[in-house]
Amino acid sequence: MTYEVLGITVLWLFLYGYLIVASVDFGAGFFSYYSKRTNKNHVIHSIIQRYLSPVWEVTNVFLVFFFIGIVGFFPDTAYYYGTALLVPGSVAIILLAIRGSYYAFATYGAKESRFYDFLYGATGLLIPASLTTVLTISEGGYIRVENGNVEMLYGELFTSLYSWGVVGLAIVSVLFISAAFLTYYAARAKDEEALSLLRKYALSWAFPSIIMGIVVFLLLGRRNPVHFNSMLDLWWMFVISFIAFAAATWLIWKKRNYGIAFILVMVQYFAAFFAYGASHLPYLLYPYLTIYDGFTNETMAIALITAFIGGLLLLVPSLYLLMRLFLFDAEYVEGRR
Amino acid sequence: MFFDNDPVLLSRILTYLTLGFHAIFATIGVGIPMMIAIAEWMGIKRKDPHYTLLARRWARGFVITVAIGVVTGTAIGLQLSLLWPNFMQTAGHTIGLPMFMEVFAFFFEAIFLGIYLYTWDRFKTKMRHFLLVIPVVIGATASAFFITTVNAFMNMPQGFEIVDGVVTSANPLEAMFNPATPTKISHVIITCYLTAAFVLGAIAAVKILRGNKSVYHKKALHLTMLTGAVFAISTAIIGDFSGKYLHEYQPEKLAAAEWHFETETEAPLILGGILTEDNEVQYALEIPYALSILAGFAPDTEVIGLNEFPEDELPPLFIHYFFDLMVFIGMYLAAVSTLFVVMNWKKNWNPFNKPLMMMIAAGAPLSILAIEAGWIFTEVGRQPWILNGIMRTSEAATSSEQVGLMLILFAGLYLVLGVTCAGVLRKMFKQNPVEREMHKRKIDNYEV
Repeated sequence: MTYEVLGITVLWLFLYGYLIVASVDFGAGFFSYYSKRTNKNHVIHSIIQRYLSPVWEVTNVFLVFFFIGIVGFFPDTAYYYGTALLVPGSVAIILLAIRGSYYAFATYGAKESRFYDFLYGATGLLIPASLTTVLTISEGGYIRVENGNVEMLYGELFTSLYSWGVVGLAIVSVLFISAAFLTYYAARAKDEEALSLLRKYALSWAFPSIIMGIVVFLLLGRRNPVHFNSMLDLWWMFVISFIAFAAATWLIWKKRNYGIAFILVMVQYFAAFFAYGASHLPYLLYPYLTIYDGFTNETMAIALITAFIGGLLLLVPSLYLLMRLFLFDAEYVEGRR
Repeated sequence: MFFDNDPVLLSRILTYLTLGFHAIFATIGVGIPMMIAIAEWMGIKRKDPHYTLLARRWARGFVITVAIGVVTGTAIGLQLSLLWPNFMQTAGHTIGLPMFMEVFAFFFEAIFLGIYLYTWDRFKTKMRHFLLVIPVVIGATASAFFITTVNAFMNMPQGFEIVDGVVTSANPLEAMFNPATPTKISHVIITCYLTAAFVLGAIAAVKILRGNKSVYHKKALHLTMLTGAVFAISTAIIGDFSGKYLHEYQPEKLAAAEWHFETETEAPLILGGILTEDNEVQYALEIPYALSILAGFAPDTEVIGLNEFPEDELPPLFIHYFFDLMVFIGMYLAAVSTLFVVMNWKKNWNPFNKPLMMMIAAGAPLSILAIEAGWIFTEVGRQPWILNGIMRTSEAATSSEQVGLMLILFAGLYLVLGVTCAGVLRKMFKQNPVEREMHKRKIDNYEV
């Protein structure tokens, strides 16, 4: 494995980590708001709060990791993506800022506020939509490079079926992943009422998520045939993804093994996300930038990988401790401490 | 618009705005965990529940400020690439490592802060809970360490060569540990602790000024002012070393800070004053030899003047005001905290007198002001360079037309965040005053 491939694999892993933890967070915000508005008062609110409060800050780090890491491994991405993404990137930062700080304000500070709940719920769907811009423009055709100036083609972005397809996929995936996790968490908390509501959410978002996945797959075929063809070479990974999806949905339907069901959902997205990423290579930004011409120097690559391993040795036990205390501790999950 | 649509100028203003706002929360974000740790430790060692309660209440308010620190930190992290793509493309080859490690430190802190806040009553021994704050302190201080090496590198770029505009033979460790690093890091970290001590001390001082006689606030003042005095005196010593660093490696910054035009020995230090259009210094207090001593221990040290540098490589001369402001406030904080410690130590002297309480209360906004002034001095002081001597700021900025709009959006965001944060903190402690909490936890609340 070359340093380039190792680097992008590490980064892709972090982006996948963000995809899972952020989806749980974003979806939870939306469900929390929605269940209050539909007067299923607070059925799931306390469950969500109990899970999110100790971990919301950690979620943010996965994202920071990805964008600091990609500039470290591939400094040229700063040049291309940095210039093009000024507006969507800034919008995403502002939404994240509002969401993060108002979450803290509401949880640790002031009393409940309808307005805070609304902000929290709405940003939960808007942030994934704005973040997917990065994946969309990486397919090429949304950026013009002239005389060394990078320019984003907003007209193209907003009128393209593919870019809206990706936004749709992101939103339904967020809701599905989140509902699947919260179903598991509610089951662990032995909260029957919350469980039945969240199970309903999970089942109702399962089919939209797989259908959007197929739609975007087909739209990509028209958008970027090169990428599409190399995706077809990895067809078996998409088959794994689909089987994992079917098994997860079946388990949730049959009201059993919610933990395994959530792991299968993770497998579903892992397979699809890595197949998508692997087939995108060697391009970071089609057709301007590949992982080879944008790569950092060798010393830095070795230093980054060393730092990465050292960091993991520190983080994995810490994350394990966090999960043991707040995810796998029955007494905490059930709200008894 | 008031400005021409100049992406370079607008990018600079937006970066100032984000960093200026972030600096407030980042500074107390690094400093307060240290103060929490000290308070909890005192609570355990002296078996004194007042100190434990201090740690607990500080931690609760701290989370609110951390939230803003996190989101504005995310903002500046991304803005570096969004607003300065050419800079990141070049410098990414050397500063990728410390930036990456900063995120690790932040990750470490985030994990343990979550655990710390939710396990106050969960462990059998208090010691075990105290141990959880140590990774928070280490994480917070380590992120300041790593990110400051990046800033030190921008002031003193080394550890690479540029051949035909491409970075070659990069050495990330040499870039991280450049000559600016030791003074910069120690100065940043110690002033974070100092600011946190004064911010927390001021809360107690205000309570006492309002007639509250609770022992809780007096213990808070005792703890914050004693540590504050230690940090303030260390700051002064490190500040002196920073002056010597500037003399050696960035003489134009020192000269601009001191309006020092002619190269000479026995150079005087200029305090205050104004600069006329033809570069005459007026109304200033001159301390003979002091600049030479600041620069190199001895009055016969030759200090290089501004006239030695090409005009288009000089920083703006107004940084003198920021330099002075920072130094004055630093002296003030050292004097106030030392005075409190001495008065507290002497029997029969009342350290809780009104004027001293007012001076401590003023210390909180002043210390934040000093942080801002210090950062403005150091950042504007290396203009026109983004990488000192290598890349000009104007070559580094984005070419995007939309920076002006983003500037307005972010200004609105920071305004809203700042106002809400203050409101939430106020409400949080008003709704749950310390007397009620002591009563609830059955902690003795006597007056002294």
